[in-house]
Amino acid sequence: MSKITYPAKFEFLDEIREFVAEVARAGGFTEKEIYSLQLAADEAASNIIEHAYVGVTDATLDLNCELQGDAIVITMRDQGAPFNPAKVKQPNLKAKLSERQIGGLGVYLMRKLMDEVHYESKGKTNTLTMIKRRA
Amino acid sequence: MEITTQEFKHGDLVAVKGRVDSATAPEFAKALEKLNENGRFKIAVEMSGLEYMSSAGFRALLACQRNCKKYNRGELVLVQVPDRIREALELAGFTELFKTFDNSVEAVGNF
Repeated sequence: MSKITYPAKFEFLDEIREFVAEVARAGGFTEKEIYSLQLAADEAASNIIEHAYVGVTDATLDLNCELQGDAIVITMRDQGAPFNPAKVKQPNLKAKLSERQIGGLGVYLMRKLMDEVHYESKGKTNTLTMIKRRA
Repeated sequence: MEITTQEFKHGDLVAVKGRVDSATAPEFAKALEKLNENGRFKIAVEMSGLEYMSSAGFRALLACQRNCKKYNRGELVLVQVPDRIREALELAGFTELFKTFDNSVEAVGNF
């Protein structure tokens, strides 16, 4: 069983990270890669909870995590407001302390940590797909 | 997540253990804000027991660093940053915003 539905609450981020780690470990990813995968999944789920489901208390998100050859494919589906990470402006990492943007960091990390990040909004469902290949 | 704060003459040492994510970061941010509210602007965050920190935790560090630096010679520094967390901070371009130390005595002595 590689698909789990979680309540869209921050309290479940621990479980989401654990699930991703379990699948990645089975796929032979290193501990360093597993940390990266957990961070990317956490940032993605946090964004869904915070942005897609802003003000919604009983929402859920589906997490699918599977191995395909030497890659892990993490898919998250939600029925919240469309939130396209590709449209989030990249934070300026060279900006001075006072000018650092607080937002956009999660999406930036997802893109850096994963090999591919895709987003699709169809009907009421938003689908985020993240892929990382073993080193 | 577990936070313990120790007050020293020249600054405060905040040890954060466990996992800081969107669920726990507000509590971490609040602990740092409380120090600022009490007029404490020299803060060393000790991370040797930290297993995980997402960008929610990075944001709390950034907000506090801004607050600390508003005051004369105030500063937030990091101590014993675990490798995985240091790599993520580097990726986020945060390492140049925080001085890091190998031990807390050295960090607090720097204030």
